[in-house]
Amino acid sequence: MTRHSISPRKLLPLISFSVLLIATFALQERAMSYLGLNLLFNLTIPIALATIGQLLIIMVNDIDLSVGAFVSLVACVVSTLLVQHPWLGWLALAGLVLAYAALGALIHRFELPAIVVTLGMSFIWGGLALVIMPAPGGTSPEWLRALMTVKPPLAPMAVVAALLIAAAAHLLIMRSGIGTVLRGLGGNSRSVARAGWRLSGLYALTYGLAGVFGVLAGLTLVGLYTSSGASVASSYTLLSIAGVILGGGEFIGGRVSPIGAVLGALTLSLAGSLLAFMHISPDWQIGAQGAVLILVLAARLLFTRREALL
Amino acid sequence: MTPDNDNRRWRAGLLGLALSTAALAAHADTGGAAAATPPSPAQVAGQTQDQSQPRTNSTADKRIALSNNYAGNAWRQQMLAAWQTQTAPAVKTGVVAAADAFTIGENQPTDQAAQIQNLILQGYDAIVIDAASTTALNGAVQEACDAGVVVVSFDGIVTAPCAWKIVNDFHEWGREQVDYMAKRFPDGANLLEVRGLPGTFVDDDLHQGIVDELEHYPKLHIVSSVEGDWAQDVTQQAVAGVLPSLPHIDGVLNQGGEAYGVAQAFRASQREMPVIIFSNAQDELAWWAEQHRKNGYQSIAISNAPGIAVVAFWVAQRILAGEDVPKHLTVPLYHIRQDELSEVLAHTPKGSVADQIFTRADVERLIQQARATQASAPEPSPAKAQDPAKTPSAAEETQP
Repeated sequence: MTRHSISPRKLLPLISFSVLLIATFALQERAMSYLGLNLLFNLTIPIALATIGQLLIIMVNDIDLSVGAFVSLVACVVSTLLVQHPWLGWLALAGLVLAYAALGALIHRFELPAIVVTLGMSFIWGGLALVIMPAPGGTSPEWLRALMTVKPPLAPMAVVAALLIAAAAHLLIMRSGIGTVLRGLGGNSRSVARAGWRLSGLYALTYGLAGVFGVLAGLTLVGLYTSSGASVASSYTLLSIAGVILGGGEFIGGRVSPIGAVLGALTLSLAGSLLAFMHISPDWQIGAQGAVLILVLAARLLFTRREALL
Repeated sequence: MTPDNDNRRWRAGLLGLALSTAALAAHADTGGAAAATPPSPAQVAGQTQDQSQPRTNSTADKRIALSNNYAGNAWRQQMLAAWQTQTAPAVKTGVVAAADAFTIGENQPTDQAAQIQNLILQGYDAIVIDAASTTALNGAVQEACDAGVVVVSFDGIVTAPCAWKIVNDFHEWGREQVDYMAKRFPDGANLLEVRGLPGTFVDDDLHQGIVDELEHYPKLHIVSSVEGDWAQDVTQQAVAGVLPSLPHIDGVLNQGGEAYGVAQAFRASQREMPVIIFSNAQDELAWWAEQHRKNGYQSIAISNAPGIAVVAFWVAQRILAGEDVPKHLTVPLYHIRQDELSEVLAHTPKGSVADQIFTRADVERLIQQARATQASAPEPSPAKAQDPAKTPSAAEETQP
């Protein structure tokens, strides 16, 4: 393989996204417009952000089962506290990020299984959300609503936001020095430690960053839906994991792709819209999203095998 | 990670960016083209202006969609059936081009918001909504309104100002129960009140109606109040629990879906059967009819008819036709009186709920009434329709 060739395996997220996008455009040409693209993708923005959060955790060989509950909690804080007492609201959000960072340090320090800790935390986040907001409701801060309904001149908000998220995550995780170290944590944490890094600090940083993306997901969610509830983002946990895997990430070894993950999140929601346009009952949609996931993974396996042979 | 590997990833990223840019360019091209292909959202947007024009345009090319959040109980099943049977003739005779019903898989506002946005993309001219949340769909509803789509919410309403809201009068429901008891027991009576899910808008409103009306009848006394959660089994347990401590009970007020449980509890306690207000559930009506045959038992049934979905359909049609329809409409409650009982029962399948059929003429009358009350009271609308209350969950759970 030459230095310049791009392996088909890495192109897979882009290929699967393009195939679905072309199919959607073919079925529903109205989607192929400024307004259409926005309607198609705007609700995916919070999911894409949550997916990047999940990607950071998966990057260090952990998994986060509390993403959905955490984003819901953030949404509850945003739609109540941040509206009534902005300072207190920001403080609470900062506190949540710190809590996530502490969780990362804790998981590493005591060698706890992240899957169990985050599952437990999901109930704590959910409980806190219920305390803040026993019944769905709340409002979006004005500036946030304005931000999520902004109409940029060239491309719709959803597309611009997706590009921004992908670019920022790529720069942070794939290009920056610290991003490389964090990826090394998933690849071989011992050698990172030998290089003189304090592992607890790095895990805390990874989880803290995941918390930041969780907070961003909650913020954009409230801006889009204009209100929230204690279980508003409950589906995000599985969607974010699926997005990471669909985007070319692996559960172990620090092999992840932020751009792929954003594409993965977009692909999953696109699959839902496509099925709706095909007049397939929503009862089948969850199953169909699973089918897309299996198809892509099967294709990836094929490419990986061939790469191994070459 | 080797630099080589890294480089390739970066390239893949670049390609992704390139494709996205290509997609953008495509959109820029089609942005104009789409306007030419009928009926694009942009074109639909033009129709909002038509509304200011005087009267009825043809709606033969208009498409209406129902976005429903839940189908898991008898009331919702009957609601969907009513939509199907009542809108099919309208499509057949060319009043509208389509009236498609869509139910989301899980009762999640996020799913329903996505569904509404997909319906906008599919070019529907009006979307009729039974909402999973009064507030969480407002973003999607606003998108629809901005695209010129007419949004009519009913039963589970949304608070977005641009949407029409069609509700039942639960306060009136409470008052009518007391009025009936006053008629049956002019010399006074002991009443038992069965309440619904605590903290919900429907429970509060219905209870307030009862309290308000009781002030007019000092001889009627509520001797006890239990929580039945709109469910037979919960009600039966709750009533059986308090009965031993209660004096003679003449009548039972409830919120729909509890009557059969009340009757079972009274039967088990060997007490004299009180006058129970019924709703539209088939099992209650069947029990009532049986008692009437056996010993001349008399009562009345009050409920919110699932046919309200059809009201929402015709309202959407009238708005599309250019008529000026008030933003808030109150649909009358559904009454089944003693002399209608056997006929209603004959038409109600087992395990289902009885329904009231609203015709186009009925809806036009409703609109006129609403317009008249709006004219007499310049301050818009009954407060309850605007209340960001828990109508959706409540209304849906009213039904067993």
